[in-house]
Amino acid sequence: MTAFLAALGLIMAGGVASLLAGRWRSRAAVGGIVAGSLCGLVAAVRVLIGGPTPAMRLPWRVPYGSFSLAIDPVSALFLLALFVLAPLAAVYGGRYLEEEHGGEPLGGVWFFTSLLIAGIALVFTARNAVLFLVAWEVMSVAAYFLVTFEHRRDEVREAGWTYLVATHLGTAFLIAMFLLMGRAGGSLEFDEMQLGHASPAVAGLLFVLAVVGFGTKAGLVPFHVWLPEAHPAAPSHISALMSGVMIKTGIYGLLRVLLLLPSPPAWWGWLLVAMGVVSGVGGVLFALAQHDLKRLLAYHSVENIGIITLGLGVGLLGVHAGLPLVALAGFAGALLHVLNHALFKGLLFLGAGAVAHATGTRDLDQLGGLGKRMPWTGGTFLIGAAAISGLPPLNGFVSEFLIYTGAFAAALTGRGALLVAAVAAAAGLALIGGLALACFTKAFGAVFLGEPRSPRAGRAGEVAAALRLPMAALAAACAAIGLAAPWVLAGMARTLAQVAQAFGLPSPDAQIETLRGALAWVSLGALALLAAVALAVLARRLLLRGRTVTAAPTWGCGYSAPSPRMQYTASSFAQPLVDLFQPVLRTEATATLPSGAFPGHASFASATPDPAERRLYRPLFAGVAALFGRLRWVQQGRIQLYLLYLVATLLILLLWKVR
Amino acid sequence: MDSAPILRYVLAFALAPLLGGVIAKTKAFAAGRNGAPLLQGYFDLAKLLRKGTVYSTTTSWIFRAGPVVTVGAVAVALALVPMGGARAPLAFPGDFLLLAYLLAVARFFTIVAALDTGSAFEGMGASREAQFSALAEPGLVLCFLALARNAGDLSLSASLGALSPAVWRSHAAVLALVAAALFIVFLAENARIPVDDPTTHLELTMIHEVMVLDHGGPDLALVEAASWLKMWVLGALVVGVVAPVRTGIPALDGGVFLAAMLVLGVAVGVVESAMARLRLLRVPQLLVASGVLAALATALISG
Repeated sequence: MTAFLAALGLIMAGGVASLLAGRWRSRAAVGGIVAGSLCGLVAAVRVLIGGPTPAMRLPWRVPYGSFSLAIDPVSALFLLALFVLAPLAAVYGGRYLEEEHGGEPLGGVWFFTSLLIAGIALVFTARNAVLFLVAWEVMSVAAYFLVTFEHRRDEVREAGWTYLVATHLGTAFLIAMFLLMGRAGGSLEFDEMQLGHASPAVAGLLFVLAVVGFGTKAGLVPFHVWLPEAHPAAPSHISALMSGVMIKTGIYGLLRVLLLLPSPPAWWGWLLVAMGVVSGVGGVLFALAQHDLKRLLAYHSVENIGIITLGLGVGLLGVHAGLPLVALAGFAGALLHVLNHALFKGLLFLGAGAVAHATGTRDLDQLGGLGKRMPWTGGTFLIGAAAISGLPPLNGFVSEFLIYTGAFAAALTGRGALLVAAVAAAAGLALIGGLALACFTKAFGAVFLGEPRSPRAGRAGEVAAALRLPMAALAAACAAIGLAAPWVLAGMARTLAQVAQAFGLPSPDAQIETLRGALAWVSLGALALLAAVALAVLARRLLLRGRTVTAAPTWGCGYSAPSPRMQYTASSFAQPLVDLFQPVLRTEATATLPSGAFPGHASFASATPDPAERRLYRPLFAGVAALFGRLRWVQQGRIQLYLLYLVATLLILLLWKVR
Repeated sequence: MDSAPILRYVLAFALAPLLGGVIAKTKAFAAGRNGAPLLQGYFDLAKLLRKGTVYSTTTSWIFRAGPVVTVGAVAVALALVPMGGARAPLAFPGDFLLLAYLLAVARFFTIVAALDTGSAFEGMGASREAQFSALAEPGLVLCFLALARNAGDLSLSASLGALSPAVWRSHAAVLALVAAALFIVFLAENARIPVDDPTTHLELTMIHEVMVLDHGGPDLALVEAASWLKMWVLGALVVGVVAPVRTGIPALDGGVFLAAMLVLGVAVGVVESAMARLRLLRVPQLLVASGVLAALATALISG
């Protein structure tokens, strides 16, 4: 526990120091976050490799509150994701903020960054509902100030506002959930709650409240509307932290509540599988329709949260059906995807930030040809793009393989609804994978390949080493998990054992051994792929030795004066799929068509607003506003009237009490 | 150790170009022509391997990575496919997922290499490839699901190994549905009619051919080799379902498998002679149909 408390202390000390440190503001904060994260890593890894589970409880004067913390293996796994990504994002941010916003006061943004990291760490370790909610709010509000860092821009303030409303609506559900848990379980301490015998109605209500409350933070469809607004608005290293780790607090919360609740009925699993497929497919479809690189990545977070939820759903179905392999594979895939997504989404957001920093734009149709100008950023972005598309030999494939294995194992023997859920999960994952590949070939191609589509992109150069190194580290981690998959699963054994025990499954050693065997083959296949590619490279080199290798313009089918404007753009690349899914996406296009014999101006623009926002939340909030508008007559703006309200209220209360 | 899997793997490498020759010969016969020689694929390879190459000035290392990664991924994928009753050299629970995703790796790098040239034609082909393969993916995975459920085993070698003429007699509907779905995926993924026309002469209407326009020399040879191997991989799956002959004599089983592969080539040639390609807007319906067929097959198997 000392290491973890030292981590919190160092991170917050860095944040406070940065408020006072003047020119050293960024260095102070980065130093605090890096040192703190190293301590935190020690604490988390020690638990994962089998050390004792540290816990502490101090009294707190808040009613029902206590300062109780513990790092069990589930917490440790989430902490690992946080403490790996946080220092890399901080190192990146230190340089990025000073270069982009050097003249502005940065103490505040660093203070809130430290507060965000510490808040997330507390959420992952709090063992008391009140403490959990306090940490939750600290995290959420700190993130609000980071989202609105560039508050001079209208759309950033708008995004911040959307985020603030969404997160507090989610929190309202969580408060209701914890109150109900406290009532039903007899305590607000997680370790003392007795929910094992809660009635199905109460347990079901708690589950739904958790899905809505935590799902809002995680960004599950249809609670995701804040996510594509808020994540692009923040500075890129903050987007990386938010997408990589902060939204995982929603997954953590959901899992933590599931561990406390009684044995899950089948409909919980179906609900999570259904929400996972809808979020996954919906997220990737909307990502395909985006033109803004960071907005595209934000929608992919919705997709990946969908994949994680799908894994949890498969796990729950396995628990319900008494199929330990299905349950273990589902949970293992979901948990590993939490870590994997932190790595590759962090990497991709940092890459997007480097692109925006070098060119001044995030519009895919303005970019192009950056692979030659920014080889490091391009190479690491390619690894991130392949990893998020679930391609071997990288980490995304490993976690998706585990979830697939769960779904397939369920389909081997399942009947009826279980079989339907398994088929939906497998087909959903396959479709998500195919669409993600389309989306990331589009993003990578539009940004890094071909010729620059604007002068800004043509002038871009590689970013500083402090920006490149974190990206390289994350890319290396993506490859390492892919190539060392069986050992990674072994590292998760304690976490899985805890989950299995909480769900009343037998000791998962046998299942872990089965999955490790399969993953060993997966890693072997990944190695074989690398070897085969190396062999092909060698063969080509030998063949081309001494022969003429010339450079010429791209074949233009006879046309001799091609220009960069003739390239396929990101929008045109995605157009067939966007058209195909038009009933879901409802992309709006405005065009001025060329006309006459000598056409002059012509233009085309398309936008894909979120239908959940348009059709669900806008009417809802408009309705609420109209309802409250009915009460406007009580507001007359005269102080005498308000005094009268006070007196009347007091009188009524007095009469009620005296009665 | 049994040497049959390795032998078959090597033979597949050697015979893959023949399949294209069989298709072309069938089409020529149907059209009343003599057509190119059966071994044209080998002649093409030999010619390309002797040449130098030209790289576009627009391209970067991604363009050069395209052919080598594609052929590497497909070569490993081939090692996962059981042929003629023998186990695949690589067989483990969940191996078909690695197979499906290795084909995705090949596709990813073909697409980014095409986009690297900055050519609108190649972008167009890449866009169509991305669209159609995304829609074909669920079909392929659900076919694997149906086969795994039928065999009660999570490895491809066991799933296909569990099939036999007896299973065809008892589960004809299931296997026919799976075979139909796999055949659609086979045609779509290998850029055959009715999805793509490999002999078209207009860049605007191509899908696969147009993506590799700028490759030349040994690079083009690798690209061609990769597409033949890919056809062999998916063809072996179709044949594995349609002709699960088990005599117990490895050589005989292998011979039946080879004959069936050649029949498959003839079948593709017949399809290509008998019908035109679909309008691009119709192709998604065909691909979704393959997913639906496979899902139906899964539902028909009692667990």
